Amino acid sequence: MSEFFGFLLSGVTVGFIYALVGIGFTVIYNSSGIINFSQGEFVMAGGMSTVFLLKAGLPLGVSFILAIMITSMIGIVLYKLISFSKESSQISLIILTLGFAIFLRGLAEVVFDKELHTIPSFVGDGSFDMFGTTLTYQSILIMIVSIVIVTLLYFFFKKTKTGQAMMAASINVDAARLMGINIKKILMINFALSATIAAIGGILLTPITSTNYEVGIMLGLKGFAAAIIGGLSNPFGAVVGGLVLGILESLIAGYVSSEYKDAVAFVVMLGILFFMPGGIFGNTKAQRV
Amino acid sequence: MLKIDNLSCNYKQIIALSDVSLHINRGEIVSLIGANGAGKTTLLRAISGLQKIRDGKIYFDENDITKLESHDVAKLGIAQIPEGRGLFSILSVEENLRLGAYVRDDGEVRSDIEKIYAQFPTLREKSQEYAGTLSGGQQQMVAVGRALMSRPKLLLLDEPSMGLAPIIVEEIFEVIKTLRDSGTTIFIVEQNAFLALSVTDRAYVLENGKIVMSGDSLELLKDERVKEAYLGA
Repeated sequence: MSEFFGFLLSGVTVGFIYALVGIGFTVIYNSSGIINFSQGEFVMAGGMSTVFLLKAGLPLGVSFILAIMITSMIGIVLYKLISFSKESSQISLIILTLGFAIFLRGLAEVVFDKELHTIPSFVGDGSFDMFGTTLTYQSILIMIVSIVIVTLLYFFFKKTKTGQAMMAASINVDAARLMGINIKKILMINFALSATIAAIGGILLTPITSTNYEVGIMLGLKGFAAAIIGGLSNPFGAVVGGLVLGILESLIAGYVSSEYKDAVAFVVMLGILFFMPGGIFGNTKAQRV
Repeated sequence: MLKIDNLSCNYKQIIALSDVSLHINRGEIVSLIGANGAGKTTLLRAISGLQKIRDGKIYFDENDITKLESHDVAKLGIAQIPEGRGLFSILSVEENLRLGAYVRDDGEVRSDIEKIYAQFPTLREKSQEYAGTLSGGQQQMVAVGRALMSRPKLLLLDEPSMGLAPIIVEEIFEVIKTLRDSGTTIFIVEQNAFLALSVTDRAYVLENGKIVMSGDSLELLKDERVKEAYLGA
């Protein structure tokens, strides 16, 4: 039984990271109809920037803040590229995000390096013993920070004027415009917000799994799967999707073989797309993807 | 207050409006009648900055607003209730009303919401429900309330009667009359010519993207051509 809890808890830890990446997908998809395939590279940018800022001798807190700022700037650059693009069909814009992802990977390889990097846990290497298994402080930190982010996001969308404007724009763009909402500004905030959340995920994950320039490929796809499972248009669905995915992966890796771990995301995603194309919580824009 | 000079718009490849000129004076209630596809919605979208303009000018309070973006048009005090109401279906009634006041940053939003509830008591009961779950008539009330929350100088209504039961339509038009009496300038686009002509001061008739007639609403009601084409007489 203790083994089971061990797998479960590590699944939840990774699941929260997938959730953070997945939220990024939904936030951008909701406002623009675009699936941003640079989302994983935002995670990489957050982690890698932190590694190198720490190496440069900056204190932990400063490195975090700078890494988040760098990543959100990258998000804004992507938004600018999209808004300047003459091509307005969503397919070509999605391909643009894919190209941007490849560019970011190459840039990271040049600016940083190809090595695998890790950083020490932010809260020490200690751990708790729970249910006969151990839970590291870093895992607990990931869970707490993720829950805080999700809670803050909920209040942001529900209670703030900008958050409500973002909701309005995702439901009916023209009506939102008529309310006096500046759609371009809202879109830019969405890209910056997605990048920020992804960066935080990347920073939190680095002490556990380490990072390199291409870590974003798999994380991006896992986050995408989380978003699809939750129903692409619902950020809180992505949280559930991420957790389901993280737990399933961890259980499969533990009881079957870690070889199959990465296949889980895609099998589950395909299953969802075949049998409930709107996702588990996709009540708002249920449509064929 | 609003002046449109020789406006032309394309909708995809088709000419939707050609050489449309009209004006609306402060405090007036004016309607634009015409058949489905005549270009009525395109005209309202052009005023609000949602529709690209090929040629011509739009002035509001003497300012050229032809090239303004829609959110800036809204800030100037032009509110529109779009075709099909354009509610934020998965937000609550109250959230919809609050978004109507997006352009404002004074402290009276709450008391204005109360005023809307006083005018439409049903909306108070449904304030926490999703706007999309309400009946058609109630949704139209939310749409009217939401537009009023911006305290508009000019209110544009696109087919307020569409899809509603006659008794609800009557109720909505009662509200429109109250608004006019309180000094709001109103521009109504309607397919239901009889209804539009009986509540407005003046009217324009749009056919295939061109203004073909204009004048006093009551006179248009008696006009033989209008009767034949739009009043089914």
